[in-house]
Amino acid sequence: MTKLWSTTIAPGGKWSGVLAKGRLLTFTALQDDANLAVMLFNAHDLTERYNMPDTLKAQYTARLTRGNVLMSDNGRVLASIVEDDLGWHDTICGVTTREGTDAKYGATNYQTVRNDWLRSGYENFAVELVRCGLGVRDLGPVVNLFAKTACNEEGVMIYDTKHCKEGSQVTLRTDMDVLIVLSNTPNPLNPSTVYPTAAVKLDVEIAPAFQPETDYCYRYRGENRRAFENTETYHLLAGK
Amino acid sequence: MTAFIRTESELNEELAIVDETILAGDGWMKVLEPGQVLRIVDLEGNQAADTLFFDADNRDDHYSAVATIAGQGNIYLTTGSVLRAESGKPLVKIVADTCGRHDTVGGSCSAESNTVRYAHDKLSMHNCRDTFMLQLARHDGGYTKRDLAPNVNFFMNVPVTPDGGLTFADGVSAPGCYVEMAAIARTTVLISNCPQLNNPCNAYNPTPIRVLIWNP
Ligand SMILES: [Zn+2]
Repeated sequence: MTKLWSTTIAPGGKWSGVLAKGRLLTFTALQDDANLAVMLFNAHDLTERYNMPDTLKAQYTARLTRGNVLMSDNGRVLASIVEDDLGWHDTICGVTTREGTDAKYGATNYQTVRNDWLRSGYENFAVELVRCGLGVRDLGPVVNLFAKTACNEEGVMIYDTKHCKEGSQVTLRTDMDVLIVLSNTPNPLNPSTVYPTAAVKLDVEIAPAFQPETDYCYRYRGENRRAFENTETYHLLAGK
Repeated sequence: MTAFIRTESELNEELAIVDETILAGDGWMKVLEPGQVLRIVDLEGNQAADTLFFDADNRDDHYSAVATIAGQGNIYLTTGSVLRAESGKPLVKIVADTCGRHDTVGGSCSAESNTVRYAHDKLSMHNCRDTFMLQLARHDGGYTKRDLAPNVNFFMNVPVTPDGGLTFADGVSAPGCYVEMAAIARTTVLISNCPQLNNPCNAYNPTPIRVLIWNP
């Protein structure tokens, strides 16, 4: 594996960029209780994006961990979770809004507190989506890396405040050329009334050659195999 | 024990200003004015009414399953649930429900997801995403595929277990079960009456639904 690049996404921070197929993205929580919201798009066709329901239905799960793939609305694999320390990443609770952020942590603005003002996930994504030629109409469910949000038998959602520890890691592999948009903003269900301050490090490496016959994510379920086959057809026809 | 909250409506069918039947596989798109009440009736039972909402005054702001779930702190929809847009704006509120629980995690079927979930040769089968897109195409050209977000599946039960498992359970709805929602904001409603023939939830028999609207 060849290390290509690293960055750290500070609490409240955001980042977007294009990553080629065959990259390993290792995210490391630099403190306890991290939450990094991730959106994924096909870099060559931004109308194709991460689809939470298809991802969950096809893999019979409401949480994401190693073996799971992140499927697009066109039945293809945008990325796979190839390593995971935590066993649970949330994808059903979305991001914080300005109103929710002000209500929970107190109203802040740049004029008063300069760069200590508290960012919201909605605004971070709005900025990055517009930067990439998209807009708020392109918002949808994100993957909240490091967050565990379980529900009880009545459906009541419970955020696990002890889930993510400093040093916890999860690694995604890109299986298509993707636009990735990141926002280091709190999970909306985090009960803390103090704005969480865990930075997240991102290390990008070149992934080993994809070998379907031994690949854990490819072999995880028949559904995953068919999604990879759809992806392979797409690349074959597009000459990629 | 898993709770189902059932609440009857007092509205009189004969006073409805809209009373239409949507056949299996067909779509429907209409604007609700604030205070208007929409009822969706599962005429024959265990049919999925895949439904999306848009802020009619700001069509970029579509229904958000995740903002709705986070907003109420519960994964299931029933009486009292406020269905929100991505911005967090409340669009409609469920005011009556004789089914007792509805799903918003499972999304709609599509040609592509059918190839993943069932088999590659299912690509040609009719599906909800095609119905949604045909309705958007007929509307006014202002909506595109980008506007299709995860929807509500009225009458579907997709239980999530405490350890994060996802299952599909049959038989929570029955002939005549209905759900009613009151518009909080001007809201565009887009329905695909699901034509899914691969899933045992509807006994491989998609059936019609009925939609009624009342003025406040
Ligand atoms: Zn369907």
